[in-house]
Amino acid sequence: MSERVNRQAVPLHEHERLRPMRMRLWWIAISPTVWAIHFLASYITAAIWCEKMMAGNLRPLQFSVAIYTAIALPAIGWVGWASYRNFRRGDPPVPYDFDDPTDRTHFLGFTAFLLSVLSVVATLFTALVFVLIGSCD
Amino acid sequence: MNDPRAKRLLKAWETPKGWRYWSAVNNSEVGLWYTLTAFAFFLFGGVLALIMRVQLALPDNHWLTPDQYNQIFTMHGSVMMFLFAVPILEAISIMLLPEMLGSRDLPFPRLSAYGYWCFLIGGVFVCASLFFGVGPRGGWFMYPPMTTEYQEGIGPDIWLLGLSFIEIASIAAAVELIVGVLKCRPPGMRLNLIPLYAWYILVVAVMILFAFPPLIAGDLLMELERAMDWPFFDVERGGDPMLWQHLFWIFGHPEVYIVFLPSIALVAMIIPTFARTPMAGYGWIVLAAVGTGFLSFGLWVHHMFTTGLPGISIGIFSAASQAVAIPTGVQIFCFIATLLVGRVQRKVCLKFVLAGLATFIIGGLTGVMVAIAPFDYQAHDTYFIVGHLHYVLIGGTIFPIVAGFYYYYPFVTGKRLSERLGNIAFWLMLIGFNVAFFPMHLAGLTGMPRRVHTFPGGMGFELPNLISSIGAFGLGAGFVVLLWDVFRPKGNHPYVPRNVWNAGTLEWSGQVPDHPWGIRSIPIIETRYPLWEQENLMAEIDAGQFYLADAEEGRRETLVTSAVDAELIQCLRVPGPSFLPFWAAVFTGGVFIFSTYHWWMLAGCCSVLSFATIVTWMWTGTAEIPEKETKPVGLGQSLPLYVSGPAAVGWWAMFITMLGDMTAFISLVFGYFFYWTVHEDFPPAHWNGEPVVGAGSLWPLVSVGLGAVAWFAVVMARRWNHNDFILGFYASSSLAVAAALASGVALVWGPYSNGMDPTVHVYSSTTGVLVLWSFVHLILGATMLLYCMARRLFGKMDAEHDADIVNVTLAWHFLLLTVAITGSVLALFPWVA
Ligand SMILES: [Cu+2]
Repeated sequence: MSERVNRQAVPLHEHERLRPMRMRLWWIAISPTVWAIHFLASYITAAIWCEKMMAGNLRPLQFSVAIYTAIALPAIGWVGWASYRNFRRGDPPVPYDFDDPTDRTHFLGFTAFLLSVLSVVATLFTALVFVLIGSCD
Repeated sequence: MNDPRAKRLLKAWETPKGWRYWSAVNNSEVGLWYTLTAFAFFLFGGVLALIMRVQLALPDNHWLTPDQYNQIFTMHGSVMMFLFAVPILEAISIMLLPEMLGSRDLPFPRLSAYGYWCFLIGGVFVCASLFFGVGPRGGWFMYPPMTTEYQEGIGPDIWLLGLSFIEIASIAAAVELIVGVLKCRPPGMRLNLIPLYAWYILVVAVMILFAFPPLIAGDLLMELERAMDWPFFDVERGGDPMLWQHLFWIFGHPEVYIVFLPSIALVAMIIPTFARTPMAGYGWIVLAAVGTGFLSFGLWVHHMFTTGLPGISIGIFSAASQAVAIPTGVQIFCFIATLLVGRVQRKVCLKFVLAGLATFIIGGLTGVMVAIAPFDYQAHDTYFIVGHLHYVLIGGTIFPIVAGFYYYYPFVTGKRLSERLGNIAFWLMLIGFNVAFFPMHLAGLTGMPRRVHTFPGGMGFELPNLISSIGAFGLGAGFVVLLWDVFRPKGNHPYVPRNVWNAGTLEWSGQVPDHPWGIRSIPIIETRYPLWEQENLMAEIDAGQFYLADAEEGRRETLVTSAVDAELIQCLRVPGPSFLPFWAAVFTGGVFIFSTYHWWMLAGCCSVLSFATIVTWMWTGTAEIPEKETKPVGLGQSLPLYVSGPAAVGWWAMFITMLGDMTAFISLVFGYFFYWTVHEDFPPAHWNGEPVVGAGSLWPLVSVGLGAVAWFAVVMARRWNHNDFILGFYASSSLAVAAALASGVALVWGPYSNGMDPTVHVYSSTTGVLVLWSFVHLILGATMLLYCMARRLFGKMDAEHDADIVNVTLAWHFLLLTVAITGSVLALFPWVA
């Protein structure tokens, strides 16, 4: 019984040394949270602009959403890139689907990477609306 | 069973007998009651649906009056959503999750029991209103001003108070399930090894935590309008019914995923078993669950496309509605891939899974159609939507749950459901469902509106409606067959073999018939499908070779592990049977039910009794100082019996509860700013000739200052308690109590001294609701401190065993935030605006 515990402990130790950063559960939530903030900021800005300014001119609104996007995309990109590097450590094959107990950083890195890709797509979707729709009505 | 250790363990986990059976709090009993009750409500909602289909079978039918019909369709929607869809998934999770995680019980068994009794009492109360002809009539979304100005009677109050009560029970279950997944896993079960079911439930429970509070906030606003005439939704006094729609759908869209994801979680357990292979793309499915959870909060406005919002807002939400199709698609591809690589066994259970997926895909496609705003303008409020949402909900939720019934029936009873009857039920349901709901799309496209009690002949509605009604009875017949199979006596049927489906996950390790101990000994987990991949696991579990194989002190115990790596932290003693949760629920129910009828005296008595019961429950059942610091739990390990701070389950529960509480508060603040955006000048100086006043600037800021003093005193009280500086602890706690009360008084004094009348204009009433919210929270904060002082006085808390004050300090961080936001918004925003 105790042998089993040890078997598990040794490779884990090796792996810990390879980690560039401490991977925690909340790591996977960062990219979608950035999407959510970008989404809310865009929505609120648009709602206030359309209610309060009443103007046909949407340039300032589009400009602010462009700024939000210029902040959000690199942030998500950075998380995605860091996660990808974390995940590629030790070169696991893609598509990655193992359940090695020592593998949880790979797993968290991989999932965070996928979520970053999804968040980039969703953020671009939001931003595109402001490119395509030119009026409040 | 000759092992004396096993005998002691069994004794500790014994289910109470006779009438005391109802004092049980163990997850297997509570989960079972919960499931059966939710299923009973489902049948009730189903009967209501059939009554509606009878009414709509023929044109110009006057079998039901419009009023009866309105009550019935409102109840059908409300029952299915609030009394079936959400509760059954919590019920199933309470029953299954601990077994999947090899845990003895969830961390707060009495909280589960309390949630169950609240659910039962509230549900019966809401349903019963129909039999007295006073049921709510406003649709399951209760849009004002219809429900605030144009409907007499107490129907809306029953809906608001009865369902708020149940929503609180749902949040309690969410807290339980989050802490269960994160902290009560078996050692070694790292995040990348937990059963997919647990991932989904984690996501869903977090969603409940952020989705239900906005609705509770909305309920509070509407009830204040109905009971006290505070004009939140009254346009004539500056209110706006759109705020309700926002709050309702911020809840309402995630709700769709809250009921959908746990059903998919069942699918994710069933498919690998019948495909005889591990699920393909574990990480991808986690991506899908987490991604859907997030994106589903960005969809709420797609229920409001026709309310005249700016085109650009509609565009944003339309885009997000398309984006959510990506993760949903990913998980369905993973399921299909697993079925393709595996050697599939054709069982009824799997047929329901496949039917569910196919139906859901159809409903998803019509969903993408209505997510495109121009199409939605056409289809809005027609039967097309009714068809769409039933494809989504029956395909996405009900078929998988029926599959779950077939799959987990042997787990619960040790017997199995009949494949032959199952096939009959399957074909009846599948054909009946499509015959019932497909024609609704056509009726809708022809122009038939929703929520009408009858329709005229000669407009092309007759045929689709008649077909729908026939189909509905086919679907109903399928459920009757299922019901018969589930409840017919099976005394002479043989028990199934152990692990009857040859599944790979831990919940199937139990013996048949099973013992109430959850699991004989808590194993070390190294794989995702331990029963397939870890040799001899069952034999070693049975032999008690792992953790907690004994209950030397006769106490119920389970293991607490760390959130990511599942390393051992604590041996947690969980409370046993008790009637306290039952009485607490009865009294809390009394508060809500008597308030509906405005019987304030009785409601007041009940709130005192419920407070007393809950304090007794906390006092006797939580943060107990153990007789020794550590105990051996097996395999040469010794673990502490008492833990405080972020490692403890109580700390997590407090943190999670306060997150939900904050979400409700932020929703109220959102309301304040919402009114600012819709008004030219907010706050207005006069309205209808009367002056509009708020809280002023001085007193709210004084309140923030006093709140900060109280918070600081709380932090010092925790530190001095830890340093065993007893006098400092009491002095600092007393100061905190005094400052908290003073802060509350200052907050109320502002509007009071200004002569604010909350009924004049919505500015005054939003000010009023923020003041009320913070005031109640300050009183609560003071009460918690008095509780800690009493604990210390009676030796139930000391320098080492300080969980009470640590958790109260955590709550106070949130309280300070609440008071600071309230005070500064009230004091400063009128200047900015
Ligand atoms: Cu929706």
